[in-house]
Amino acid sequence: MPSRKEKYKTVAYYPGCALEGTAQPYNTSTKAIAKELNLALNEIDNWNCCGAMEVKNIDPEIQTYLSSRVLSLAKHETKQDVVMAPCNGCYHNLKKAEYDLEHKQKSRDVVQKISKKAEHPAYEVGEVETIHALDWIKFGYGEEELKAKIKGGLKGLKVANYYGCMYTRPRHIFPEKDQGGDSESTSKPHYMDDLLEIAGAVNVDFAMKTACCGGAHTLSDSDMSTKLVLNILQAAEAAGAEVIATECPTCHSGLEMHQIRALKRLSKQTNVKVIYFTQLLGMAMGLGTREVGLHENVSDSVNFMYDKGIV
Amino acid sequence: MRNFAQLEAALEPELAPIEPVQAATFLLHVGEEALENWLMAKDRKPTDQLREGFRILALHRQGAKGDPSFNACRETARELVYHYNLVRLEPDHTETASRLHMMQLLARHLVFFIGGKLQEAGLGEFCCAAKPVRLNSN
Repeated sequence: MPSRKEKYKTVAYYPGCALEGTAQPYNTSTKAIAKELNLALNEIDNWNCCGAMEVKNIDPEIQTYLSSRVLSLAKHETKQDVVMAPCNGCYHNLKKAEYDLEHKQKSRDVVQKISKKAEHPAYEVGEVETIHALDWIKFGYGEEELKAKIKGGLKGLKVANYYGCMYTRPRHIFPEKDQGGDSESTSKPHYMDDLLEIAGAVNVDFAMKTACCGGAHTLSDSDMSTKLVLNILQAAEAAGAEVIATECPTCHSGLEMHQIRALKRLSKQTNVKVIYFTQLLGMAMGLGTREVGLHENVSDSVNFMYDKGIV
Repeated sequence: MRNFAQLEAALEPELAPIEPVQAATFLLHVGEEALENWLMAKDRKPTDQLREGFRILALHRQGAKGDPSFNACRETARELVYHYNLVRLEPDHTETASRLHMMQLLARHLVFFIGGKLQEAGLGEFCCAAKPVRLNSN
């Protein structure tokens, strides 16, 4: 049986819609890291929406189908056994589709029916493994090997690692987590902490690692989202963090935008920077700010990284 | 039982003049009251039982029954308990003030999250913003 290092060396890449839009810097930095670490990303041709938002509310089975199509393409078109999704929403939905197809006959029936109509092979449970970008780097490249790739490092940068809600919840769709050993924890996730510590960051004790960012309220009740985000930003600062590291486009854009909104609407200023963990890793490996797309973040942290002597 | 606006207001003042364990107990109770509000809104009688020695954890578990998305605030409640324990066990610790400040932020997060979730049931459930927006536009 191949090791995770062998399996994750070449993966089907599913960026999802966020990484082509608001989270473009996450896409840029993920690809830059892949190149630097000599990990192959084979982007799935003709991928579709995972069913993230609207579809799930209208018909959860259609959402399962949409995610299953991505998994089917990864297997049958991209010819890979592993699909890597950096977006928490996509990652969550592919995992959920896997779970639903294993446990619900109705989901299997709908996927069979629509796949037949769409003239592509219906996805079968277990054909591919869905992983997050954190798994991909931690196991596909390896922590010891990563240590050797760190050039300048993050020079003791104080980081609060923010995972958001979709990376670990609901617990039942992540059967590989909470298994002890080197598995991820759903209550106290630590993979991002592990990688950034290797990169030279000092991880602060952050009490809101998985607290709700109010992403679901952004459109319907923006003030509530602003309050929730402000609370997270203040908690990170109270814990001594200079940067909040993110691994979810929804959380990231919410933190960035509501940080500005909190100042405008509530006159509450916070100075903590919001940076994707892939950007931090890339800079620790010696990549420039443009190579990791730092200048594209809403939260301007280019000068800050220069001031810290990291780039 | 105070409503959410009253709970939010109760979390505004500085806690410094209050004795640390008293302040920590006060903040834990704010979290409990937020959960009581949730249960009462769902026509359920808030439990008086304890879970792992804490009523707030029993209340959260009761609140999440039949509504898995409510678990989005589980770790917030647990962190509140964790910081309460730190303050209670080491009230004279040099970090007590920062621990109480963190408890204040955690209690506030519970109040915001639960208050928000009573307005929009989808909070804590991935990407549900579209639902109320769609319903409002119809």
